[in-house]
Amino acid sequence: MSDENGVPETDGPAPEERATAEPAGNGPGRGPWARITGAEGDWRSLVLVPVLAVFTALVIGAIIIAVSDIELLSLWGEDAGEAFRQTLARIGDAYGGLFTGAFGSVRGISETLTWATPLILAGLSVAIGFRAGLFNIGAEGQMLMGGMLALVVGFQLNLTIWLHLPLALLGGFIGGAIWGGIPGWLRARTGAHEVITTIMFNWIAIRFVDYALKTPFIQREGRPDRISKDVLESARLPKLLEWIDPQLRLNAGIFVALLAAWAVYWLLFRSTIGFEFRAVGANPDGAKYAGMNVTRSYIMVMAIAGGLGGLAGSTQILSVLGNATPGFSANLGFDAIALALLGRSHPFGVVLAGILFGALRAGGQQMQVASDVGIDLILVIQALIVVFIAAPELIKAIFRVKAVKGTEQITRGWAT
Amino acid sequence: MTAGTATAPRVLRSPAEIRRSRIIGIVYLLLAAFVLIVFAVGTEGDATFRLATPDDRFQLPDLVLSAAGLSYTVAAFLAFLGGVQLTRGFGKSTNVILGLAMALVAFAFLGWAAAGKSFSLVGMLQLTVVKSVPITFGALSGVMCERVAVINIGIEGMLLSGAFMGALIGSLAGPWMGILAGVLVGGLLAFVLAVLAIRYRVDQIIAGVVINIFALGITSYLTSSILVENSDTLNQVTIFRAWKVPLLGDIPFIGPIFFNHNFFVYAMYVLVGVIAFALFKTRWGLRSRAVGEHPKAADTLGINVFRFRYLNVILGGMIAGFGGAYFTVGSAGAFDENMTSGRGFIGLAAMIFGRWHPVGALGAALVFGFSDSLQAKLGILQTPIPGEFLLMAPYIVTVIVVAGIVGRARPPAADGQPYVKE
Repeated sequence: MSDENGVPETDGPAPEERATAEPAGNGPGRGPWARITGAEGDWRSLVLVPVLAVFTALVIGAIIIAVSDIELLSLWGEDAGEAFRQTLARIGDAYGGLFTGAFGSVRGISETLTWATPLILAGLSVAIGFRAGLFNIGAEGQMLMGGMLALVVGFQLNLTIWLHLPLALLGGFIGGAIWGGIPGWLRARTGAHEVITTIMFNWIAIRFVDYALKTPFIQREGRPDRISKDVLESARLPKLLEWIDPQLRLNAGIFVALLAAWAVYWLLFRSTIGFEFRAVGANPDGAKYAGMNVTRSYIMVMAIAGGLGGLAGSTQILSVLGNATPGFSANLGFDAIALALLGRSHPFGVVLAGILFGALRAGGQQMQVASDVGIDLILVIQALIVVFIAAPELIKAIFRVKAVKGTEQITRGWAT
Repeated sequence: MTAGTATAPRVLRSPAEIRRSRIIGIVYLLLAAFVLIVFAVGTEGDATFRLATPDDRFQLPDLVLSAAGLSYTVAAFLAFLGGVQLTRGFGKSTNVILGLAMALVAFAFLGWAAAGKSFSLVGMLQLTVVKSVPITFGALSGVMCERVAVINIGIEGMLLSGAFMGALIGSLAGPWMGILAGVLVGGLLAFVLAVLAIRYRVDQIIAGVVINIFALGITSYLTSSILVENSDTLNQVTIFRAWKVPLLGDIPFIGPIFFNHNFFVYAMYVLVGVIAFALFKTRWGLRSRAVGEHPKAADTLGINVFRFRYLNVILGGMIAGFGGAYFTVGSAGAFDENMTSGRGFIGLAAMIFGRWHPVGALGAALVFGFSDSLQAKLGILQTPIPGEFLLMAPYIVTVIVVAGIVGRARPPAADGQPYVKE
């Protein structure tokens, strides 16, 4: 985050460090809410802008639904009233399906939370980077590499579930941590910008998975295509709602995600290391002057971010997927960037945003069934949400909301 | 430093440069050892390289080399290069020599892979040029934007949108209109990027990521909701045919590789030349670069920083849209979901590898296109090397370059920073 516009009012009860180095001022008007959560800004930028952003994105999505049906468009010339009625019905069907698919039934809620699991973990990965002034675009690759290592642990070892599952998750964390840590190390030691290196690492990971799935060690016996062996039952995340309906996919991965969110919160706002991370993010030169080890912070932040990304991939492999196929990360690592922004890079915000994005994914499938509106519309809506989050002036202009602080720049230019 | 060293012909070198020079020397020696052990020892048979396509006017005879002999020669030459590099260095031509060394290694590799077989070298190099087309346009788009200090991560999305519009409008109104539509939609997305980055000072990487997500979403959505049902009328475009340039196309070996392609390839040559000339020889170029290097100074001198940024970013988007139209109008003939599959990011890599220079970008795109076409042709040769590693090569090379391990790419000084007028 640049120095002149928008020094984040990072706040956390870590008084002994604040005496030596203060990453940001304890600005006026900070309520108890901010002091407890460590979140910054007033309620407008924390709650109102995200809500309005989601609302506006849905409205624009509705317009796209309305104009993307050729037969409906041609009807407007013949019978405008009927066309209007049918357009409304189409939008109603689509969004109705979206909502019931996400929250309308036990199955919907189960699907929402199932999707939210990897999204929250990947979103935490991006968010912790943002807090330290690093832009981790590499969650996708970290998911893949972490997921692959979790997969190998999952089918290779044969242990009791109490040992096997934690080991598989640990493997996933380590795989991702290595894949994130290398860009962090390159950034710290050579200045190579993490945006470039993590993008490249994503693609290296994608190609590597393509390769690995063809090796005899990983490829399933007797299959010519790219599919891995199955994870053993002892490394699977247990299903939670099997007693209601065996079809319900919700699994213990959601607890991993929530636990990780709490751990990231504790790390960022309650620990000395986290204070250093945020100080480095607010002002690396200042942090260095205050005696903090900026190199170590960069490496650690990226390794932890990578580890969280790796966990996101692992929970997918160890629960709903059970095996790896090319692109098993399903672009969730890119959704995570949007999600971290919507969640204001705060662990609790990420959890809420993750549930929202999980709802969009789960509801999108139902939307496709209930109306003929394709699930790809979800991507458009997500992109629009980010636009309005990143440029709150737009929201301000549309809804005449006052006093919205402009978004701050997260990364430095490539030249620095 | 004494006056003596200053007047000596040898350029003063910093410790970092000396270290870099040593690393390159060691790389040469390692490559020599690699070629010797892997490609030369134990390889038998002759490699037959075909140097002409069947419809060439002048039929060059096949080049038949002893695979082992070729590798021994290359290894010896690399060892010699390493020795020279470590003792006196190559000075200004270091990078050219490095490129030459890499080309030799690639050649030795081909000889090893084709030992005992016949292999169309000209066909592979022709495919290299074809594969490099979208990468080059993507890289040129990046050059245009980043020279005025606006980072464009959204190249991928612009390519994809250009491809979509090329197919849709191209099917309705002919391929030329398809190209025009691709150019316009690329410009439109770039305008959005420019407004977000310049007017609202949104983090430029976020703005680019948004464009990628949006483009992927909207093209996939419209494909499934409109194109699939009407694929005969809306997703079937006439492809540009290859056109052999008179005279140039008849040059043995060179002709079929570079001068027997369709419109997009020639447009690529022209555009690279025009942008290189415009950036470095015209007033517009000087001003653009000033805006990218030091916007405040440029502003002080009366250059309208915002106008230059808007203009160049939109032009850059149009170039990407044009390159996107290549996928449908110039190559496949129909749009397919996510058909660009990361070419925009390779374009970004090519821009960095080409050091933010149009000609460098073309060179980098050719190198990346080479690894792409090599991967495509390796299946024919049945080598034990997995093709996935060749597809990884562009990304690995880029990481090496940005980390400054071998050479260093330096972006424009103000790259990625919004400008605030005081």
